[in-house]
Amino acid sequence: MSIWVALLIATAMAFGLKLVGYLVPADLLAEPHVKRVTAALPVALLAALVAIQTLTGSGGAWTLDARVAAVGVAIVALILRAPFIVVVVLGAATAALLRLVGWA
Amino acid sequence: MTTDVLTAEQRRLVIREALSVGIATGAYGISFGALAVAAGLDVWQACALSLLMFTGGSQFAFIGIISAGLHAAPAAIAASSLLGVRNGLYALELTQLLRVRGIRRLAAAHITIDESTAVAVSQSHNKAARLGFWLTGLSVFALWNLTTLVGALVGNAIGDPRTWGLDAAACAAFTALLWPRLKNRDSVAIAVVAAVVAVVLAPATPPGVPVIVAALAAFIAWREPRATTGAEDDPEDSRPGPVPAQPERGSEVPS
Repeated sequence: MSIWVALLIATAMAFGLKLVGYLVPADLLAEPHVKRVTAALPVALLAALVAIQTLTGSGGAWTLDARVAAVGVAIVALILRAPFIVVVVLGAATAALLRLVGWA
Repeated sequence: MTTDVLTAEQRRLVIREALSVGIATGAYGISFGALAVAAGLDVWQACALSLLMFTGGSQFAFIGIISAGLHAAPAAIAASSLLGVRNGLYALELTQLLRVRGIRRLAAAHITIDESTAVAVSQSHNKAARLGFWLTGLSVFALWNLTTLVGALVGNAIGDPRTWGLDAAACAAFTALLWPRLKNRDSVAIAVVAAVVAVVLAPATPPGVPVIVAALAAFIAWREPRATTGAEDDPEDSRPGPVPAQPERGSEVPS
């Protein structure tokens, strides 16, 4: 399989998964339990993504580096109600600076 | 949620939120383009992924795995698809809100990603949610594709995107998205369980799998919430304020 074929199959899958959510019957979500779980999904997914992106490196190996400090700074900024873009820039700057001075 | 007409101020806030998400995410697209080329894709393939797949996590998973060679193609497809499952879940949540049909439904599906969903569901009015969804999705789409091209072209020139802290920018973005959702004890519990499960699984499972398994933590919400019901419409949330400390996002999930 060429890289293009793989790319197009993966792309079709990605779009199909997005579309299928719009095609299933709406009343599937009317049930309160299902509704609560669906609403909680982003919390679980985002928390997992934060953890994976911050604490793991190549191959999923546990890693502690400048990203941890970046998230710490981001949390402080969030507590201070900084806008999203500021939080992101501070996170990047923290990691870039720590790496520049060779601390992480 | 109500369907009242939006005030100019509400409109302005949604627009600002959507555009700031687009810019934040777009900036990260540079690293996707650069990393895709580093993984062995050519510029066209990098751009095709951003244009056609258009979901950061899946894109990063795909290039990360296929960089091992074509024999890894099936795993790359599986991982990117697993990561894409969440977009289908987002669509489930959005379908009643957007009420789209025909070609607009296809367009809505294509831009159903973390960012557009996060902005949409964090609004307290249906109109604001719809505006937020489309504006965020389209601005992320425009900037993500543009910066993917730029990143692919200058990939070698900027060297390691880590030098610029771009990987940490993604961490910060996910954190900022998650933050406003930690409204009660249940959501904090779900977040902690999901994070621990994901990190524990990471070394032993293929990229993408820890995130999907961790999503099962959402089932903690299956039972009745303990204390205050109606946590979803916490009045705290509609506080006026300069920029709502709301979501937005960064998308990529290099995993």
